[in-house]
Amino acid sequence: MNIVVLVKQVPDSGTQRSLDPSDNTVARATADNVINEIDEYAIEEALQVRDREGGEVTILTVGPGSATDAIRKALSMGADKAVHVQDDAIHGSCAIQTSAVLAAALQQMEYDLVLTGATSTDGQVAVMPALLSERLGIPQLSGAQKLTVEGSTVKVERQTDGGFWALEAPLPAIVSTWDTINEPRYPSFKGIMAAKKKPVETKSLADLGIDPSTVGLATATSAVVDFTGRPPKGEGVKVTDEGNGAQELVGYLASQKLV
Amino acid sequence: MAEVLVLVELNPADGTVRKGTLEALTAARALGEVSAVVAGGPGVAAGAREQLAEYGAAKVYVAESPEIDEYLVAPKAEVLAQLVQQASPAAVVIPSSPEGREVAGRLALKTGSGFLTDVTEIAADGTATQVVFAGAQIVHSKVTVGTPIYTLRGNSVTPEPAPAAGEEVPVQVSLSDQAKQTRVVDKVVEMKSNRPELTEASIVVSGGRGVASAENFSIIEGLADSLGAAVGASRAAVDSGFYPHSFQVGQTGKTVSPQLYIAVGISGAIQHRAGMQTSKTIVAVNKDPEAPIFELADFGVVGDLFQVVPAATEQIAARK
Ligand SMILES: Cc1cc2nc3c(=O)[nH]c(=O)nc-3n(C[C@H](O)[C@H](O)[C@H](O)COP(=O)(O)OP(=O)(O)OC[C@H]3O[C@@H](n4cnc5c(N)ncnc54)[C@H](O)[C@@H]3O)c2cc1C
Ligand SMILES: Nc1ncnc2c1ncn2[C@@H]1O[C@H](COP(=O)(O)O)[C@@H](O)[C@H]1O
Repeated sequence: MNIVVLVKQVPDSGTQRSLDPSDNTVARATADNVINEIDEYAIEEALQVRDREGGEVTILTVGPGSATDAIRKALSMGADKAVHVQDDAIHGSCAIQTSAVLAAALQQMEYDLVLTGATSTDGQVAVMPALLSERLGIPQLSGAQKLTVEGSTVKVERQTDGGFWALEAPLPAIVSTWDTINEPRYPSFKGIMAAKKKPVETKSLADLGIDPSTVGLATATSAVVDFTGRPPKGEGVKVTDEGNGAQELVGYLASQKLV
Repeated sequence: MAEVLVLVELNPADGTVRKGTLEALTAARALGEVSAVVAGGPGVAAGAREQLAEYGAAKVYVAESPEIDEYLVAPKAEVLAQLVQQASPAAVVIPSSPEGREVAGRLALKTGSGFLTDVTEIAADGTATQVVFAGAQIVHSKVTVGTPIYTLRGNSVTPEPAPAAGEEVPVQVSLSDQAKQTRVVDKVVEMKSNRPELTEASIVVSGGRGVASAENFSIIEGLADSLGAAVGASRAAVDSGFYPHSFQVGQTGKTVSPQLYIAVGISGAIQHRAGMQTSKTIVAVNKDPEAPIFELADFGVVGDLFQVVPAATEQIAARK
């Protein structure tokens, strides 16, 4: 079973993030960049499927040079190898353009199962699996809280409000995972050492046969016109409960006509 | 006047139009004359047409086939792509649910268009507003290629009626094999609730790690019920097993934007704020006066939630 896991590097969601005023793209150079947290769940799931079914786990990333940190983390968790698509022309690409690059890279790889995170914490677009399903002509099973492979069939519980949908499709397929699906392992010391020797193949757009003018900021399918910081909220009222907290609270709600 | 397509989402329970769709119909009117698109199993449109007309649909395209609900996402994208081809609309507006986003992405590829997700406003010239990075920044964006496709964040627009003809237009459905790859075998409901849906509710009461146990979440539910509110939870509460993940508010959960958000025993981490920062009024109950949630709160009570919340619930009930 060949499994490819898509891993994205993103600015740490626990820090102040911003756009770069020079070209209105996500400020990555100045940010504290980390592996997109939900992707760790996709990696963990891939490792578990591999350990049950046999085969190999390959990490695929489209991103700048700094994204090797995310790749190393994935390899130290236990993935076998990685492909890093890196090309200056990709800077500022929209989701549609990025999906073209990922799809071209996947077409040069062997896969039975592609795993992704359910959403990235920078763009929060949550559409990459749908875009790749559409481009590659393989089934999409997104939003998984549970994944099983039975022969050539993949079964997923797609998390919904107050329940789930049971999905089923033939392999090869693309599945995205929520953070409810498992508990990602921490890289062991041995894993970290082993990761240093694992193969990471770097590919350019030329290697993928993609015309650089079809990706990047200039030809993106959407453009940021402008951006502003959200005005800070004015100082609110804060009361300390000395037995009257509930009364004050309800009084406030009533004054705002909320009860 | 240009035509604008709006993809309709219905309440599974009774087939009525979901609030997010009424919002999409309202927002779409800025761009042209609205046509609603209902795609689903046989008979789904029957209970919706009148309401769609009331909220501005001049036309209601009805695409009915059992196969639409039997397969995930792809059939709806195919139906919409066919209509975009036929009608050459000025834009397509879709409610920003997980399914809505995925339909938007597929539709964009099928029609050679760009798309913008989770917009909170659409101007007449097509410029959309998005609130990004945990609510820190407001971005204006435009689609530059093809037919602009937007997904609209819930509770960003107030639904307003604008009666129109609602002329029913049947649509022939014939799906490609590619649209029939992922079968929906079963739809399982684990938690039946009479509370409003989290992303649609005008009041949300959320509990955090401070609530301390699953049993204690009945305190949160009690306050929510006294206000007719939905219940939400922080990730720490979800990870601790106090409440199911589908109720998580934040970066890796739901984005809510209600009239009133009450955060109980929640510290207010950036990732939690990401999901609730645009709420109109924010109230917090936390025993730590330094909790970051107070920076955001219009009204905060520094106190023990086990004292304050049950007493408040009682007083709200007494007012009725
Ligand atoms: C990539 C990523 C994504 C994330 N996504 C999300 C997300 O979607 N949603 C989310 O919520 N978090 C998310 N987080 C986690 C987030 O960083 C915080 O850890 C989480 O929000 C904390 O939840 P909490 O406020 O309930 O818990 P805590 O931070 O532990 O806060 C508990 C609060 O309860 C108060 N308290 C305790 N007892 C009482 C009492 N008796 N009465 C009153 N107050 C009391 C305490 O003073 C404290 O402020 C994410 C983190 C990462 C890294
Ligand atoms: N540039 C990228 N490189 C690799 N994987 C990506 C990239 N962008 C998105 N993904 C994958 O797609 C998932 C959903 O991302 P998004 O649609 O951007 O929210 C992420 O969790 C990743 O697994």
